[in-house]
Amino acid sequence: MIVDKIKKRETKNLANKKSNVDIPIGKWLKCEKCHEIIYKDTVRSNLNICPNCGHYFRMHIGKRIELVIDEGTYKRFDLNIETTNPLDLEDYPKKLATLREKTNLEEAVACGTGKIKGEDVVICIMDSGFLMGSMGAVVGEKITYSIEQAIQLKLPLIIFAVSGGARMQEGIISLMQMAKTTAALTKLDEAGLLYISVLTDPTYGGVTASFASLGDIILAEPGAMIGFAGPRVIEQTIGESLPEGFQTAEFLLEHGFIDKIVAREEMKDTLYQLIQYHKGGSTNGKE
Amino acid sequence: MEKNKSSAWEKVEIARNPKRKTAIDYIESIFDEFIELHGDRNFRDDKAIICGLAKLGEQSFTIIAEQKGRTTKENMERNFGMPNPESYRKAIRFMKQAEKFHRPVITFVDTKGAYPGIGAEERGQGEAIAKSMFEMARLKVPVISVVIGEGSSGGALAISVANKIFMLENAIYSILSPEGYSSILWKDSSRVKEAAEKMRLTAKDLYDLKVIDTIIKEPIEMEEADFEKVSQSIQKEIQKEIHKMQKMTKEELVEQRYEKFRSISGFKINMLK
Repeated sequence: MIVDKIKKRETKNLANKKSNVDIPIGKWLKCEKCHEIIYKDTVRSNLNICPNCGHYFRMHIGKRIELVIDEGTYKRFDLNIETTNPLDLEDYPKKLATLREKTNLEEAVACGTGKIKGEDVVICIMDSGFLMGSMGAVVGEKITYSIEQAIQLKLPLIIFAVSGGARMQEGIISLMQMAKTTAALTKLDEAGLLYISVLTDPTYGGVTASFASLGDIILAEPGAMIGFAGPRVIEQTIGESLPEGFQTAEFLLEHGFIDKIVAREEMKDTLYQLIQYHKGGSTNGKE
Repeated sequence: MEKNKSSAWEKVEIARNPKRKTAIDYIESIFDEFIELHGDRNFRDDKAIICGLAKLGEQSFTIIAEQKGRTTKENMERNFGMPNPESYRKAIRFMKQAEKFHRPVITFVDTKGAYPGIGAEERGQGEAIAKSMFEMARLKVPVISVVIGEGSSGGALAISVANKIFMLENAIYSILSPEGYSSILWKDSSRVKEAAEKMRLTAKDLYDLKVIDTIIKEPIEMEEADFEKVSQSIQKEIQKEIHKMQKMTKEELVEQRYEKFRSISGFKINMLK
């Protein structure tokens, strides 16, 4: 309720200015769905969900760890690697350096171990704030390393995907990360370990077409856009506009490609519950 | 430098030439016999990928090949060699049969990419590609891929998780088309020649990057006699590699394939930390 009041009051003040353009970047944001102007802190304290229409804003790594991992239990893997810039692009290393400074992230994915309500897991969380979560050699290696760690530690693996796909700046090397991460997952599969893939907005391209689609269980956040080809590419190819709701999490659920849509506030409980179902199973009649 | 620039783009043009030999031409020329078999047993027979059985001497093979049309009519039927999810699911069916009957798998790669369409998305294009790579990665039989024309994006990679990858000298293999690359990275689709050069998409580049294992020589203008020669060198390479792989255990085959992709680097230890 307090949230509502703050939102309305501040919105009114802004309306007096008769302009949406000069929203102070630091404090305000406009919901991309309902176009309501909202106080940023309000959104933050509401799991990055619009208090007006329920739209899910993207979530950065730190916030995501807070959401699903028990406080103080996340330990990042000690894997300090960087790209070799295989295409020798002049501005790519500079761009990465700037991004690292701006976002305080090492790369588009963070990987480590942590606890979910006391259950140990290996967790990878991607971030759209870092080159749209695109997968180059570093992201591919970190995910592969995490899969191998899950096998070694005999732990469930959870990957929160958000990605525009393979990273253009690393060309064919990025494409090969799809095969590399996928091959690693065959080993996890053979080790009989659980992999839960969580798709968040947006998940596309080479990430959809590799590890993100290979979970034993695939969850998604409400309204997340998920697909292989981007909507614009499809529109250009077929020469018509796309149907309402195309490539949303709800669309994927209807077409049988995800197991369940899970709201943010229920994500941790759901992951915990699913891990519990995979413990202590016995398939054989005899020992 | 200037010479290289033109040559990468030249290769793109050669690889895309509608008169370039397609998968079925090579299959018929390399093998003694071939029988095409159809369908994914689920939805339909997508004709952008053809599957079947081939023989070379006493040895049987499973064939999976991206097939562009050789005429406009055939291109319409084959969706210009751009697979829908059913093509990859058909490929998976044939991979599993190859394993059951202990046959090596030979794939031929030639596509602009997996088809970006409404139906393709509804039927899980991403899942189909991921699952194809997944099944291919753990196959307990020898797998060889031959990139014969355009190997573009996940649509090509989906059937290229092989123990050994051969590539024709003028074929290309890349993350996406130079047009797509320049428009995404530089917001300028006219810089295609520059993109082709930058992308390291030629057989030589990919050999240096250890993405492919063998370059098959071919002339720029391929006459019928040259085509026979090229087919023969592919045949020879297949026989040579299969011979080696047949001495390996099932586990060694899977491990060799795993290591091939596991060891593709592109990263280094960050010394600053």
